[in-house]
Amino acid sequence: MTTAALPLPRLDALRRRISIWRVIFYAIMSAALYTTYLRVFHGLGSVTNLSDQFPWGIWIGFDVLCGVGLAAGGFTLVAIVHIFHIKRYEPILRPAILTAFLGYLLVVVALMFDLGRPDRIWHPLVMWNPRSVMFEVAWCVMLYNTVLALEFAPVVFERMQWRRPMRMIQFISPPLVIAGVILSTLHQSSLGSLYLIVPSKLHPLWYSPLLPLLFYISAISVGLAMTIFESWHSARAFGKQLEWPLLMGLGRLLAVVLSVFLVMRLMDLSRRHALSLALEPRIEVYLFYVEMLLMAAPVLILFSGATATRPRLLYLCSVSAILGFIANRLNVSVTGIQAVTGATYVPRWTEIAITLGLVAAGFAIFRLAAKHLPLFEHTPPGPVREST
Amino acid sequence: MANALLYDSTLCVGCKACETACAGRWKLPYNEKIAEEQTLSDHKLTVVQTHGESFARRMCMHCAEPTCASVCPVGAFTKTALGPVVYDASKCIGCRYCMFACPFQAPVYEWGSTAPKVRKCDQCHDRQMAGKVTACTEACPTGATLSGDRDAMIAEARKRIAENPAGYYPRIYGIQEAGGTGMLLLSKVPFEQLGMPKNLPDRPLPPLTWNVLSFVPDIASVGSVLLGGVYWLTHRREAVAQAEDRPQGGVS
Repeated sequence: MTTAALPLPRLDALRRRISIWRVIFYAIMSAALYTTYLRVFHGLGSVTNLSDQFPWGIWIGFDVLCGVGLAAGGFTLVAIVHIFHIKRYEPILRPAILTAFLGYLLVVVALMFDLGRPDRIWHPLVMWNPRSVMFEVAWCVMLYNTVLALEFAPVVFERMQWRRPMRMIQFISPPLVIAGVILSTLHQSSLGSLYLIVPSKLHPLWYSPLLPLLFYISAISVGLAMTIFESWHSARAFGKQLEWPLLMGLGRLLAVVLSVFLVMRLMDLSRRHALSLALEPRIEVYLFYVEMLLMAAPVLILFSGATATRPRLLYLCSVSAILGFIANRLNVSVTGIQAVTGATYVPRWTEIAITLGLVAAGFAIFRLAAKHLPLFEHTPPGPVREST
Repeated sequence: MANALLYDSTLCVGCKACETACAGRWKLPYNEKIAEEQTLSDHKLTVVQTHGESFARRMCMHCAEPTCASVCPVGAFTKTALGPVVYDASKCIGCRYCMFACPFQAPVYEWGSTAPKVRKCDQCHDRQMAGKVTACTEACPTGATLSGDRDAMIAEARKRIAENPAGYYPRIYGIQEAGGTGMLLLSKVPFEQLGMPKNLPDRPLPPLTWNVLSFVPDIASVGSVLLGGVYWLTHRREAVAQAEDRPQGGVS
């Protein structure tokens, strides 16, 4: 099971395009910087189209909900490699952990923009309300950020050749990885629980008592999809070989998890007699079909076996699953809420600038880390070598 | 017993004396332009809306089991023994989950401020503590707004409907909505026509999240033991395989 070498577009050919990407990057960052200035000195009202009727926009719907979900590859891969001990997936573990760590750090940055009083972000530490889903999410995200920092630390220690801290991390590894998976399970599902409190506001195509479970399963699916997506781009950008057999394995798992999600979603809709709503000619219904098709397409393609010889098709399946996931989260958090609240919300350009800025920052930091840290070529210090 | 307000839309003449009194109590600006505004906002914590030929007062409903108090991550909202739901701005981090979750869309935000607070009616908690009625009740020239013991208010509302069945829509809004509110409404027309939310469950909303959240300790403990077990099994299997490799190799 050695990694098969597959022909990929050469980096040289892309060199001219890279300068264009650089221009786009700096344009986004300038816009985000200007927005930051407005946000800090003139308040939320000056940079968002939020209102008393519509208090949560894309900073919550995309940056937080999608950000946390897209970072789910970290705990999924940690569970596969460390807990289920399927060691052959180890080569793609570190990039997945980095993706997760960056994702969560960017979620915190997004919260610093969205919270009315970011200077009080620490309040949930000392002012408790255990009945609040938001309180639980705050604690889980904070603790999981700590876990991710510790899970990622070995990459830095290996680069610095710090042996002793490395050994300390290895010593606490078992409880650490278990804590990471439990914390992720709790808050990935809790992000769905946040919406259980609005039965009269959220469109019945999305409001369901199963929201926590649906959020959890779809997070696992998008975590797998993101790992495929990120491996594909790493292979292209850093001229390394594609971990093809591993990605195929993740693809098959993705098909299974997405199928579970879709079956559960349809069963839930039919049990709540909400399926008939999918026949009404409304914008929410069209978006429902977009979401379902984006998630169903990769299932069909992956089960057909058409991806076996076509890495690009597997990559497109992951993109479709990711877009389907994003559609689902935005439908729950933004479009599914609009009708009842009577609010029309379209994000202001400054809101989009921050969102794009965070995504761009994520790509840039990943690139830097891949350049300077042993992200791909790491040599696992196995227990045998450790004891000698 | 908790206090409540009773607002009788059929007695309201839309003079907005309650708005003026409310602005005065909160030291908020009030002028003709603000009087025209038909929505709650950070400078208008109660509003008299015009719906066709009827008036309708909107403000915080002071739920018996407030959704805002249950969702707030830092516990900034408290349901007081007297009835009012009060807000402690010094705790608030500005996540606005209270605004998102409130079934009546009552809490509003200081969007223009760099140190914003949530704002909402506190049913003149300080005045009630001192044994006085709310500022809006005191200002109301027609008796459209009354305040007092909730059971007494319900009895009064029932009496009004019984004495003049033709003049009222035969229900009191707030007895059961979202588990009951500290603001009761009477109207000549169905309450949807006054802009009140329909489809609200008759039960309190907080259990919707609590029913799930209460499983967190179980998931954390059982899940940790389960994953710990899986970890032990998979790693033990490998350790055994490695240990057996050598003696087996030596024997055979």
